[in-house]
Amino acid sequence: MYWNQEMECMPRPQLADLELRRLKETVFRAYTFVPAYREKMDAAGIKPYDIQKLEDLAHLPFTTKQDLRDAYPFGLFAVPMSEVVRIHSSSGTTGKPTVVGYTQKDLFTWSEMMARALTCAGATRHSIVQNAYGYGLFTGGLGVHYGAERIGASVIPSSGGNTKRQVMLMQDFGSTILTCTPSYALYMYEVMQEMGVRPSDLRLKAGIFGAEPWTENMRREIESKLGIAAYDIYGLSEIIGPGVAMECELRNGLHVFEDHFLPEIINPETGEVLPPGEHGELVITTLTKEALPMLRYRTRDLTSLDVSPCPCGRTHVRMKKVLGRSDDMIIIRGVNVFPSMVESVLLNVAGVEPHYLLVVDRVGSLDELEVRVEVSEKVFSDEVRKLEELNRQIRKELEGALGVAVKVRLVEPKSIERSEGKARRVIDNRKM
Amino acid sequence: MVKQISVFLENKAGRLASVTRTLGDAGINIRALSIADTSDFGILRLIVSDPDRAYAILKEAGFAVSETEVIAVSVPDTPGGLAAILEVMAEAGINIEYLYAFIGTRAENALVIFKVEDPQRAVKFFGERGISFLRAEEVYAL
Repeated sequence: MYWNQEMECMPRPQLADLELRRLKETVFRAYTFVPAYREKMDAAGIKPYDIQKLEDLAHLPFTTKQDLRDAYPFGLFAVPMSEVVRIHSSSGTTGKPTVVGYTQKDLFTWSEMMARALTCAGATRHSIVQNAYGYGLFTGGLGVHYGAERIGASVIPSSGGNTKRQVMLMQDFGSTILTCTPSYALYMYEVMQEMGVRPSDLRLKAGIFGAEPWTENMRREIESKLGIAAYDIYGLSEIIGPGVAMECELRNGLHVFEDHFLPEIINPETGEVLPPGEHGELVITTLTKEALPMLRYRTRDLTSLDVSPCPCGRTHVRMKKVLGRSDDMIIIRGVNVFPSMVESVLLNVAGVEPHYLLVVDRVGSLDELEVRVEVSEKVFSDEVRKLEELNRQIRKELEGALGVAVKVRLVEPKSIERSEGKARRVIDNRKM
Repeated sequence: MVKQISVFLENKAGRLASVTRTLGDAGINIRALSIADTSDFGILRLIVSDPDRAYAILKEAGFAVSETEVIAVSVPDTPGGLAAILEVMAEAGINIEYLYAFIGTRAENALVIFKVEDPQRAVKFFGERGISFLRAEEVYAL
């Protein structure tokens, strides 16, 4: 079942032509309307007309999250604000978040992407979609919402949280498709157990899970516990939000919706483009985005591309499930956390750059973040009260900056392991 | 003023042993100690024979350590001895951050280590009230 068979199953030569045409347009618009892109391209000695074939993409400079931060809030927008109809913002970053904007057409593109994604999981106008992604600045909630409405499905905008009510709605409204983070799906199961609700009594058939990395083991766990088919969806707000890539019914890689997003895999160290099949960092160029065109955006997600034909009939390239990052970002309950963010908070609070370690655990089915901070002589006090106040202050500042609950533990100097002089910043015990 | 050495300790087996061994190996004698603890960490407070050297050695060994000025008051080792002193301190508004006591080798008196908000003022007050406190050298040499 396809949402848009013509585009999703377009023969590859034709698709390549479409991609090239759209790429040229995008580069031209970015160069013309966004000074930051123009400066970068001028510095690299490349002009829009140098893009004559798809391979020429490799000559364009990369765009990074830092570029978005530098352009805060609207510096990379390629349209006047009168054309921007929606603004979203990424979760937790140091100081300033990254801001993304959409024109009316961008929102239309986005709902089209999500309509395709939902259709991959079997959604139709008869489906009842319970959307438990957070609504708000986060792209997850509204992204899924508009896609489901586009299909004509009945949407329950339950957003995140209030799990007992979620289960009640699921029972009473007969939800057939659940959309949320995979860890929240497992948590829902626990709450169902507590409430005495049996998943087999529900009408749930499929779940679309994303916004955090999850393994095949977790997929099996969700599927056996909830008795549904669990699909992986990929997306990031910088590109559009959820709906950049989605698993088809074969669930053997995620089709990247190539008529709108051009993927590359690069060596994260050298920036060199890698051939299909090789493992590296995913780089995406948007092909139709108006408000915020992205040229070679470095996602930092590690994966590989599979160009072999998929039995589902879709011709779009498949990316492997993302399980790693080329930086040390961790995703906790859908929120992106960078060790560098912790570092700058500690610098502010303690006035020195202390050694620290992020420890992530999955307790039950929810992720918990503990930040261990070495007590330096500078912050040490002989009074318990002062150390507890320090702990509280660090926790408050971290929670404000990261947007997730944090447990802070003060530890002795030099107790955090250093390898080759450089401290390890993250221990992820979630068994990815 | 008496110098107290404070050391940050994680709530883990062997940490206290490690500090005391480090001091012992350096020939530093512990005169008094107290530990303030929470569920995650503890603060070890020490009165030692040579605080400056103890500070340097512990720092060298990688501990988070600080020196704090405290007052060692000689308290009559009789019922109500400590209460009498605490009462006059309360009247005078001298705030105590913490205190710990030990019975030294000096006959009838116990020693109480006070950490107060304003040590200079406290010392002056004790002098005026005739409350005997010990000079640093006396404490280190106990």
